[in-house]
Amino acid sequence: MDAIMLQEKLVERLLCPRVRTARQKEKQYVGFATLPNQVHRKSVKKGFDFTLMVAGESGMGKSTLVNSLFLTDLYKDRKLLNAEERINQTVEIIKHTVDIEEKGVKLKLTIVDTPGFGDAVNNNECWKPITDYIDQQFEQYFRDESGLNRKNIQDNRVHCCLYFIPPFGHGLRPVDVEFMKALHEKVNIIPLIAKADCLTPNEIKKLKDRIREEIDKFGIKVYQFPECDSDEDEEFKQLDKELKECTPFAVIGSNTVVEARGQRVRGRLYPWGIVEVENQSHCDFVKLRNMLIRSHMHDLKDVTCDVHYENYRAQCIQEMTSKLAQDNRMESPIPILPLSTPDAETEKLIKMKDEELKRMQEMLNKMQQQMHDKD
Amino acid sequence: ADDCVIIAFESTDLFGYVGIEAVLDQMRRKTMKVGLEFNIMVVGQSGLGKSTLVNTLFKSKVSRKSCTPNCEEKISKTVKLHSVSHVIEEKGMKMKLTVIDTPGFGDQINNENCWEPIVKHINEQYEKYLREELHINRKRRIPDSRVHCCIYFLPATGHRLRPIDVEFMKRVGKIVSIVPVIAKADTLTIEERQEFKERIRQDLAANGIRVYPQKEYDDDPEERILNDRIRESIPFAVVGTDKEHQVNGNKVLGRKTKWGIIEVENVAHCEFANLRDLLIRSHLQDLKDVTHNIHYETYRVRRLNESNMNFSELGLSARPLENGTADTSESESHL
Repeated sequence: MDAIMLQEKLVERLLCPRVRTARQKEKQYVGFATLPNQVHRKSVKKGFDFTLMVAGESGMGKSTLVNSLFLTDLYKDRKLLNAEERINQTVEIIKHTVDIEEKGVKLKLTIVDTPGFGDAVNNNECWKPITDYIDQQFEQYFRDESGLNRKNIQDNRVHCCLYFIPPFGHGLRPVDVEFMKALHEKVNIIPLIAKADCLTPNEIKKLKDRIREEIDKFGIKVYQFPECDSDEDEEFKQLDKELKECTPFAVIGSNTVVEARGQRVRGRLYPWGIVEVENQSHCDFVKLRNMLIRSHMHDLKDVTCDVHYENYRAQCIQEMTSKLAQDNRMESPIPILPLSTPDAETEKLIKMKDEELKRMQEMLNKMQQQMHDKD
Repeated sequence: ADDCVIIAFESTDLFGYVGIEAVLDQMRRKTMKVGLEFNIMVVGQSGLGKSTLVNTLFKSKVSRKSCTPNCEEKISKTVKLHSVSHVIEEKGMKMKLTVIDTPGFGDQINNENCWEPIVKHINEQYEKYLREELHINRKRRIPDSRVHCCIYFLPATGHRLRPIDVEFMKRVGKIVSIVPVIAKADTLTIEERQEFKERIRQDLAANGIRVYPQKEYDDDPEERILNDRIRESIPFAVVGTDKEHQVNGNKVLGRKTKWGIIEVENVAHCEFANLRDLLIRSHLQDLKDVTHNIHYETYRVRRLNESNMNFSELGLSARPLENGTADTSESESHL
């Protein structure tokens, strides 16, 4: 039922004369159960944003998959570098932003691409530009959050990183392990098996088992789906269980529409058959899309904010205060913008702000104490 | 003035059957008795289907993986060459097939110089042959361990050659016949495959990489036409398997997926049959000849020039060329 209608009904009920017993019953019903609907309406008006990073070697089908997931064509004018140009290529970070709207809901989607990753002969630390980028976004948010004007903070933090594992290997390669270990505490990693149409169902199963085993063995913390609430219905729980057992998802993407079984579907046409991207028995694309967009987008953002960002922030503050202890100077750990020479009125303002800052610093010290106590 | 008269005939019509063509039969019989040796090296990252392809090519379990079934698929830290030899027989014809595998190539994070052990091995085989050839009492048939063909596996990315592909093929293409193939090609549609091949050929030309069959070694126009056709379709896009499935009442080698069966020997599906025909049915002897007449001779000339010693001293005090420089200490080449 729509929130407005519900509220109107409540108001009606409260204002009309009625039987006492019925009235008593109404007294117990307050009406804040409509809160989710109110939040929903506000969010729809405001719109959502989501930052997704894709990482993996060239030719793993990353661009195609992104286009398939969001039904867009973000890479129309892309030029492929030849081998000579690639020899001197370093890992770059490229952002594409697109605004998508569906049924009145607006999504500002940012895709962070990482061309050059893993392509060179010597790939030592090829993930460094990527970790630097993620840290930079955290730092930017930290500054904004600690600043004075917090009305329009831009959230550029990376909410999720899709990592493409080649289907050609026998499991994780050294570069896969090192990359995921460098990033698993900074961003939600979702490993995917790329170009899964070159594997038979048996091979997919073996590869998935192998990868899961190696993820455990190397202590890589990939994104975990949250546990189901115990009061969810059985069907939901079953779906959730299937989803978890299916990881890492074996995906196939396509930029083309083909005719299969009398319908037009996104797929790939081979001489021996047609692969349908949205056919669940062909690949896990649908599962990935549902998980990423339809059910877990918000959770991904939450985990980024509550876990990864907080880790970064705590680390940052610790470093700063430990530096303070070394220097022994009364510098505020919060970055302040340089102020121009003040006059009387602004001086008063500055004094007020100073006191506010001092209070905030005390709070920070208290929090730091708490963290020490916890350790 | 010459006091010797040379009478030359363009061609003579024989007015009876002489039997010259029987020489072909004699050659054939001799080859069958003696048998043939063929050494093939497979290079490529782990998981590209090298062992499976070799098994499919020779229709038997001849690769390292099938011979050591208990070895776990661990990525080795350095490139270690591993040779396995088998004698296979068909219609009275015996072939001693040696497959040299190169596990560890291209699998590390830092792959600089991962081609060095391979170059070293190839040169060591040439050195071995050279020494045998220079002996005073030579063996009747010098055992031939030289690499006749190197199959280089390219992953089916659909984009272009990667830096490691260019580095490897540039260096190794100078000393051995390289046949590049697109591995696990069942992830490319026909259109993608054509575009990929076109880009690869461009990259090969741009980097001066000569793959087999090399243009400059075509003997006659007929061979040139045949080889041109091959050159226009390399690298072959292959798929390998050892499993059989039923298709239209026949048993075929194939890979069964949810959307169809990929028939390995069906030319409409992949180019495995073309590769097999090239390597075995039509150009096997040519590969051996090119190795012997061209690559080996190049090595020999370089070696003899650089060491600047006379023939008999050569066997005693020089080391095989490693990337073109000779050392002066006794060494043994071993696999």
